[in-house]
Amino acid sequence: MSSPHDLSNEITFHPEHASGTGRIWRVFWILSVLTIIELALGYLLYAKHGQWSYTPVITTKIVIGLLTLAKAYYIVSVFMHLGDEIRNFIMTIIIPLILFVWFIIAFLADGESWKNLKNTDGHSRPDATKTEQHVTPALHQGEKP
Amino acid sequence: MSTTSIPAGTKWWAGGRSPFNASYGKIMMWYFLMSDAFTFGAFLISYGTIRFSVNHWADPNQVFNAFPFAGHANLPLAFVSLMTFILIFSSVTMVLAVHEGHKMNRKGVEKYMIFTILGGLAFLGCQAWEWTHMITGDHTVLVDGVLKTMGTTVTGNPWGVYADPSAVTTALQNTPDANLASIVHSFNHNAHTADMSRSEMISSIQTAIQNSSLHITTPGPIAFGGYFFGITGFHGFHVFSGVVINIIMYLKTRLGHFDQRGHYEMIEKAGLYWHFVDLVWVFVFLCFYLV
Repeated sequence: MSSPHDLSNEITFHPEHASGTGRIWRVFWILSVLTIIELALGYLLYAKHGQWSYTPVITTKIVIGLLTLAKAYYIVSVFMHLGDEIRNFIMTIIIPLILFVWFIIAFLADGESWKNLKNTDGHSRPDATKTEQHVTPALHQGEKP
Repeated sequence: MSTTSIPAGTKWWAGGRSPFNASYGKIMMWYFLMSDAFTFGAFLISYGTIRFSVNHWADPNQVFNAFPFAGHANLPLAFVSLMTFILIFSSVTMVLAVHEGHKMNRKGVEKYMIFTILGGLAFLGCQAWEWTHMITGDHTVLVDGVLKTMGTTVTGNPWGVYADPSAVTTALQNTPDANLASIVHSFNHNAHTADMSRSEMISSIQTAIQNSSLHITTPGPIAFGGYFFGITGFHGFHVFSGVVINIIMYLKTRLGHFDQRGHYEMIEKAGLYWHFVDLVWVFVFLCFYLV
């Protein structure tokens, strides 16, 4: 039987492949548990809809986002075996993707800014939606509590 | 760049050693996936920017609350959870196929590739059901002073705020009979609207509003449909091409091509693509369904 080690002579050394599947199944359970926690938080947002103020809602959403990043780490590092590659190669993938941190901050802030400019006609009048928010639920017809 | 004096058949990547200790194909698959991540990232960030720029956005728990064969039951997040677990599980069977490939176990690779392909097809089936349900859904919306039923498409959707009850009462009198009939059908599929008079249909609708079996909204942000169908469609197309690639890999495994080659690295490369599809879904799930 031929060995997988004659894959290609440009490979200097081969990472050790685990003989068992324990690590794969462990990551499967981690991903499942993280997804279940995300869903539980999603249901919490649904149950508290209209009751929670801005701060607990945005905090829950940020926690769900961080759990998603944790899932992404496990998928990329273990399932895609990027964690087994050499460091220089990992860096050529990860460093460009760090640009996303700035993209997300800049674009979402810009979206928020458009909304404020529209609601205030370019800061020429007070933002009506800011004061209306307290009475809006009363307008909802047939809404479940 | 000079193209002179390159001997035919020069193997550029087979000379010395790869500075990244990985084969050309695998490195290029990674860089392709990185560029694809930028494409999906641009889509999702554009969606986030528009969503942040409006006062009201569609509430995912209201939009995605249906489950096959569950009728009008309100089950937020249920169906998309099923889709998520299907994709996570098919990612596990894919990594098990790669694992069997390292051990040069052809039967094992074949078995897990079949499971992975079935998982991909199950996901596509779920997405087809979800899209059909959303496009053909009939939700009652107050538009231009009249009521009408509307599904979710790229040109409009019913996911706005709840309509003002007094405006609804006025609109009911101005709504054409054909619209009234389709509204009655939306909450009572067995209604014989052809036999009902206009006032019977109006009183039926008013009763449904009072007992909360009918909610009337205003039209939602138009961008919602375009972003939802655009991004989940682009992801679904990736799943579809992943299934096609996996079927080709399964056939090549069965034909013994990788045993002849002496390694199963093609399964690893197909696996990278398949895991990427799962990775993108994790973010689509976050941006469209969870928050």
